[in-house]
Amino acid sequence: MVSVEVTKDLIQRVAKNARLKLTDEELEKFVPQIKEIILDAFNKLDSVDAKEEPSFQPVKISNRFRADEPKKGLSLEDALKNASVSLREGAYFKGPKVL
Amino acid sequence: MKREETVNHFVEAARNDFSVVEKNLAGVIQEIKISEKQKLNYIEEFNSADVLRQLSLLRSSKYKGKLFGVPITVKDAICVKGVESKAGSKILRGYKPVFDAGVIERAKTEGAIILAKTTQDEFGFGTFATHTVKVPKNPFDNERSCGGSSGGAAGFTAFTKNYHIAIGESTGGSIACPASFCGAVGFTPTYGLVSRFGLIDFANSLDKIGSIGKNVEDASLLLSVIAGGDERDSTSLQNGFTIEDYPIKKMAVVKDFFEGCDDEVKKVVEKKIDELKKFYVIEEVSLPLNVKYALSAYYVIATCEASTNLAKLSGLRYGVQGVVEGKHFDDYFSEIRSREFSDEAKRRIILGTFARMSGYRDAYYLKAMRVRTKLINEFNLAFKNYDLLLFPTMPTVAPRFDEIEKLSPLANFAMDLCTVPANLAGLPHLSVNSGFLKSLPVGLTAVAPHLAEKRLYSFGKVVGE
Repeated sequence: MVSVEVTKDLIQRVAKNARLKLTDEELEKFVPQIKEIILDAFNKLDSVDAKEEPSFQPVKISNRFRADEPKKGLSLEDALKNASVSLREGAYFKGPKVL
Repeated sequence: MKREETVNHFVEAARNDFSVVEKNLAGVIQEIKISEKQKLNYIEEFNSADVLRQLSLLRSSKYKGKLFGVPITVKDAICVKGVESKAGSKILRGYKPVFDAGVIERAKTEGAIILAKTTQDEFGFGTFATHTVKVPKNPFDNERSCGGSSGGAAGFTAFTKNYHIAIGESTGGSIACPASFCGAVGFTPTYGLVSRFGLIDFANSLDKIGSIGKNVEDASLLLSVIAGGDERDSTSLQNGFTIEDYPIKKMAVVKDFFEGCDDEVKKVVEKKIDELKKFYVIEEVSLPLNVKYALSAYYVIATCEASTNLAKLSGLRYGVQGVVEGKHFDDYFSEIRSREFSDEAKRRIILGTFARMSGYRDAYYLKAMRVRTKLINEFNLAFKNYDLLLFPTMPTVAPRFDEIEKLSPLANFAMDLCTVPANLAGLPHLSVNSGFLKSLPVGLTAVAPHLAEKRLYSFGKVVGE
């Protein structure tokens, strides 16, 4: 049995992990909705006795490998095409600082 | 259905006389303009210069393929080179792929004209195509939903009077549901039959690209073109789909799936099934585990996979981007994501992230995958005795927008009761119109075993007649 208490704190913590900043109104709205889904829908799985192998895909798929031959990928120009001008520098994407 | 009404008939005529292509194309372009003027919202992106360029290339083409001159609309989530492709989301505004999805390549090779992108719920998150900026309106009643998430695809298919087929995509019912609400034919193939290369994904183990047409011949024709292996999609199967008849002997209605449906909807479907008893032996079967657990397993898997897929959307490299100077990456990513994702996307990301968290992963995600095996086994057992399983596609007719607003997220999920099981199990299914309830279409779904698409084609033909 999964025991879980769906609180504002928990949802806030999960949202932070998912890189979402929730406003107070969003929290007010989401907490009861998410609670209802977890308790009514997700937790229903508790009552199933399932020892079967998990189906990570619904059909059997075995690994297939292509021949190990060099192939052309995206050109530099194409790879950078969708980056905004301010987030492009020479042959690189520019991102926010990490440290 | 009359032969003259099928795209096959059009293609034969078009191969001999190019003016047939031009006339039809002018007709659909006119319809796009009318539908936009009336704010019916089927079309997300239409570029007439690009379409005319394709027409001129086609004019000089020596190879006249299976879709020669056929206008094809494409669900927004599928990448078309140089055309804004944003899966109905705000965060991918401005994204113009530098490549075509596998299905687009295949369609173009057979002479299709890629006409326009169609509207959908953001990333496919929804049953009514209302979780997006441009909400498509049902052609049978503009106060009602087209269904979702491939709402624009089914809406335009029903709206047009010209030859046209739509490429849709289904994760939990996004082809069958709008086909049902708009009186069209929706063909969802076996998981892996059609390449997902170039699909802006929602849930990797559930997403299936398929077709929506005015009749089963059209939907099958497009599916036969887009099906087939693709080394760029590691889950793609090597099987194709060839249109052939299959001698169906015995079918069964899934009685449990009728129980959650409106009485009036049930009656329309039951009447159709009674008519079909002239051609087939139709018995009853029960799928109690699917009825009880499919929605739960589906929503755990779908939200888990969606939350990981959407992690890549963070305001870098493509789509909406901002100013990074002076910002830590965590703040920058969170700012863009919090501003651009809708409530529905945020809810699903939170649910999926929660279900994958340490301490919960085995109880939710892994358990859902085990339950999925159990549910597939239950279907397979039924297929030992029956060629196809039948039930209403949706529990209601297309709801009004004011009715949809009142549904809680959980009540909204429950609307997918009939469509989710086959999608979770990766089984091919066909939704065909079975009649009308006060001038609104009611869909009937047939489900076949994995890779038994031919049975659905044969069944659809009989229903269509």
